[in-house]
Formats: sequence, C-alpha cells, structure tokens
Amino acid sequence: MNEKVLEKLKILAESAKYDVSCASSGTTRKGKDGALGSTSGWGICHSFTEDGRCVSLLKIMLSNYCIYDCAYCVNRRSNDIRRATLSVAELVNLTIEFYRRNYIEGLFLSSGVLNNPDYTMERMMQVVKDLREVHRYNGYIHLKVIPGASQHLIDEAGLYADRMSVNIEIPTETNLKFLAPEKDHTSIFNPMKAIGQGIVRYREEKHKYRYVPRFVPAGQSTQMIVGATPESDRQILNLSSDLYNKSAMRRVYYSGYIPVNEYDKRLPALKQAPLVRENRLYQADWLMRFYQFNVNEIVDEKYPDLDLTIDPKLSWALRHPECFPVDINTADYAMLLRVPGIGVRSAKLIVMARRHGSLTAAAIKKIGVVMKKAQYFITCRELPVFTVHEVSPDYIRTVLTVYPVKQKVPDGQLSLPFVDDSVL
Amino acid sequence: MNVSLYDKTFDGLLTAIFDAYSLKCFPDVLLGEGEPLPLFAQHSFTVVTSSKKADRVWKALEKKWSDPGCRMVRAVWLSGIENADMLLFRYMCKTLDRQESIETDFADPLVTDLIKLAGSVSREAEYVRQFVRFRKTRDGYYYAPVAPKYNVLPLTVAYFRSRFGDQLWVVFDTLRRYGYHYDLKEVAMFTFEEEIPGVFSGILQPEQMDNEEEMYQDFWRSYLKSLTIKARLNPKLQRQHMPVRFWKHLTEKQG
Repeated sequence: MNEKVLEKLKILAESAKYDVSCASSGTTRKGKDGALGSTSGWGICHSFTEDGRCVSLLKIMLSNYCIYDCAYCVNRRSNDIRRATLSVAELVNLTIEFYRRNYIEGLFLSSGVLNNPDYTMERMMQVVKDLREVHRYNGYIHLKVIPGASQHLIDEAGLYADRMSVNIEIPTETNLKFLAPEKDHTSIFNPMKAIGQGIVRYREEKHKYRYVPRFVPAGQSTQMIVGATPESDRQILNLSSDLYNKSAMRRVYYSGYIPVNEYDKRLPALKQAPLVRENRLYQADWLMRFYQFNVNEIVDEKYPDLDLTIDPKLSWALRHPECFPVDINTADYAMLLRVPGIGVRSAKLIVMARRHGSLTAAAIKKIGVVMKKAQYFITCRELPVFTVHEVSPDYIRTVLTVYPVKQKVPDGQLSLPFVDDSVL
Repeated sequence: MNVSLYDKTFDGLLTAIFDAYSLKCFPDVLLGEGEPLPLFAQHSFTVVTSSKKADRVWKALEKKWSDPGCRMVRAVWLSGIENADMLLFRYMCKTLDRQESIETDFADPLVTDLIKLAGSVSREAEYVRQFVRFRKTRDGYYYAPVAPKYNVLPLTVAYFRSRFGDQLWVVFDTLRRYGYHYDLKEVAMFTFEEEIPGVFSGILQPEQMDNEEEMYQDFWRSYLKSLTIKARLNPKLQRQHMPVRFWKHLTEKQG
C-alpha cells in the first residue's frame, strides 16, 4: 500500500514540477488553539531543490491523466508516460503528515483533466474541503482552476482556497489554438474573471457586514510560457499589465520554455531554456508592480523586446538621460525609485533618513544603494563626478554590461595576464 | 579607560545605563563580573542589577521606539556576540540624549551597525522557521533539533505555537542545550540534566522513532528528487538559499 503511494507521489510530482508558482504569500491567518496550521504574510520557503527553486508548498497533481493534447505539456494525452491518480484520502494524509513535520507551508493542488473540467474540479474540491472541514487544517492552499470550469464551482472553491490560479500558458489566442487546439482564451479568461469578481465582491461586502467569509484572500495568479511561441516581450508585458489592472491579479509567472516534447515540430528546438529572458521579464514585472512604471515606458514600438544585456530599469534610464541626475536630498520617492541601483527598500530608507540631515555618498552607500550603477544618475551634496551627461549613455552601457563568465582555461594551457581593453 | 562590570543580563545592561547617568561616568568597556580587567583600566565600577532602575530606563526608551525598533533591540541582545552589549549601550544612550528618535537616522553608523546585526539575527530566526524538521517519536512527540548561529529559539517559539497547536512538539537547541516543549496547553522552556543519546546529537535511533516516521522521511526525499528539473540544475543557488550549516538536521539531506 505504502509502496504504491510512494510510486504515485513520484509520478505526480514529476508531472507537476514545471509549474513555476510556489508562493505561499499574501494572506495572514493566525493559528487556532487545538487546530493545525497558520499562514504568515510573506510565506516561508521550506526547502530548495538542486535546481535552486524553492519548495514552499506540496506541489502535486491529483492525477496526470489528461484528455487534452497540448504541445507544450509533459502530461499530454499522446505522451507515453507513467500515469497515476491519488485518492482523496491519500493526498489529504500526505499533506497533513508533511505539514506536521514542517516540510511544507501548504498544498498546491493541480490536476490533469479527467472526463471533463467540472468533474476534475469537483474531485479537487473534495481534497480541499476534507482538509479544511474534517482535519481543521488552517495552512495555505493554492488551488489550480481547470480551464472551462463552471462558475458555481469557482464560487465555492474560493471559500476554501487561499490562492487560485488559471494558467494562460500562451499569451496570444492564435498561438494557443495552434499548440493546444482544445483550449481557447474564453475557457481561461472566464474563470479568471469569476475569481476577480469574487474578490471584488468580498472587498465590498467586508465594509457592509460584520462577518463575510473570506474569498481567495491571497488573490489569484497565472503563468505564461516564454519562448515556445514567437510573441514579443511587448505583447507579454502588455497582457500582464492588463491583468494586474483589471483582474485583481496578484502575480504573473513567466516560465522559460523547457523542451519537454522535442518530437513535436510545432515547437522551436532550443538547446537551453531562455533563462536570461525569463529573468528580464520578471525584472520588468517588478518595475510595474513595485516601481510605479507603466508598461509603455519599459517596452514600446521602437523597443518591443527587453535588452538581454542590461536590466530594464537601467535600459529605461539610458534612454531618458534628461531625467537625471537626481538629487538624493530633494527628489521625491517616485523619482528615487527610478534611479538604477536604488531599490524599494533603499528609497524608503533615504526618504526617512534625510529628515535627520542631508545625506552624503558614503551614507547612501551604507544604506544599501548600489553605487556602481547609481553613481551615474545621482548627486548628493558632493559635486557630481560622472553623471550620465558627462559620460555618454553608451559608455555606461558598456561598463555595466554583464558579460557571461568565461570558461575556465584548461590546465596546461598558458595564459597571459593582460586585461582585455576592448571590453572597457 | 572606564570599565563597568555587570552580570550579563538585559536588566543588568539597563541598570548600567541608569548608573552611568547618575554617576555622570560613561564606561568605555562593558565586562561580565569576574572577567579580567583590561590593562589600562583607570576606573572600574560594578553594577548591581536592580529591576526598578532597569524598568525606569526601559520605559524611557520604549517611549521613543516603535514596535519594530523594540524588536530590533531584542534581536541584537539575543545575538550574544561579543560587542553586542556595548553597541546597545551606546545606541540606548544616544536615544536618551536626543530629543527625537534616532531610529530612522540611517546615515548614523551606530544605527546602521545595529540594523545590520539585528538583520542577521532575524535572518537566522527565519532560517530556523524554514529548516526545522520535526521527527515523530515513539511516544507521539514531534521532535526537532536545531543548531542556529545565534540564540534565536525565543524568537521562533511564537511560530511553532501558532502553527502546531494540536500536536505535542519539542524544539531543542543542540548547541546551547536547551529547548521548548508544548503539551497542548502551554509552551515551556526546559534543559536536560544529563545527556540523552539521539536527542543531543539530533539524530534519532530507529527504535526511538514512530513506526511510520521513516516512511514519511522517505516520501519527502523521493518527492524532492522528482521535483527537480534536470535541465535547470544549479546547486550553487541551492546552497545560497539553504546554507550548508543547516544540512546536518535536514531530513532531505540525510539517508
């Protein structure tokens, strides 16, 4: 019996691993006396796998049988892989036992589509309900919504889950249809809208009544695969920006395409997942969410793709030298945020610290500003030395470009300690 | 050079501040009672800890600090590193001297040093919350050994209390030889008089463990193995997020 569960666990973890989201953040629920579980605002990562990704939630599929045949997915119908389905009791037991040992922060439940979307959703709901009602489990639950699930199931699931997500996977509908003929954007955006409306309704009712049951308190998230289809960064980021503004979306994940079904000729042949592009997209995403950037400032018609050699904030600053240098002692918070090398934390600390007296370069360095970048864009009491106007944006770009680490020279080969002037 | 000797308690430190102001003589060095004096000590003074004096000082300080500021001071005190008490002493004196709170004066090296130390203590506490692994023992307790760099167990008890409210648990610091246990009603601190095999080393023998414990440990290890994406291996990143010093008590890194 236990051997069987172990096998299933391996198979279903294998199937779930390409989902990027693992956050357990966004909601605070204090533990109750005599009950198991609590959630804290930022979430906790309990372990890290050898690929360096955090493991916060028990990320697993209820079943990896699937009626769909999406080109980018390991679990597609036409793949010859081992298939398994966990029973509700088995999964509930695993979650509780892992949670009690502090292995995990909660459950991230997803599933292949069995029979039809509603049937699958109902089985997933059974797990979540059992955890909350039978076991009085208070920990985090992230529930994946099956595209095409009905509204009444989502309305009910929202009362049990902390976070829900529907994956977009491919940013444009034509490409989605091309790779996943059984899916369309309506089946994805309808559940997304339903969750968004539920959240908005909850926020409104909270002001009217003394007690309102919480609805998806940690908000919803989604995921897009990057590099499997030829969309530009501009298309991707515009979609993200719309989602943040309209669907009460908390987080969009970008997943560099990993060639899992190499035989499928509709997909590009990649040697390595586009990790740098993925990283730049996240940086751009952060600029929109925490740095008060508009999507059109990051990418536009002239620059539809992000610069892979420098980060998007620096790239913006170099395109707009007229905004700099910024005086650290007088600039407002919004402008401080736009200086490359100053993050949200440093900007907040600077605003607080300058009430006590004017700040010097040494002081802001101690606060945590990355002077290597910031020096070209700020003045602070001392006279500016090398601002973006004294040296050209092109010079700054060359100096701050991150070059890939060169391969180690094999032993036995002589090397001369000359600095490569052409780099500088 | 002025030297103050005190009993190395927090109340003692606060009393030392009280005495320094009343005698108008501020120490350059703080030492524990019985420690040898430095070579050039001109004047040494022994502080007699008084909770009354300590309370007065604490009340005055509390008025100027925000809640996170108080927590920061507590974290620095728990760090237990050599200069932490002198750092706190100077920070507290400066707080008392100034009209306004110096908490947000991030240009002051004294403040940034304090924040830095408090930061590394709370990071250590977060590591403990992340990487504590409970093992179920034969008698139904969930036991977790820890060996943090700083004495951060007191900062993490609230987390365990709130999360594991329906199970018997024991968290034990194997370096400092004390721990906390929870009996479904209250959390209490305890120390062991004599060494118990398995508990002090942090590695339980099979006969001390619950029947199913090894099975779940096995499940967890296999789960993590299956979760790894081979195309993205990055062991350096793993070590960066999960420092190697915690591995000896991590279930997934054993067996």
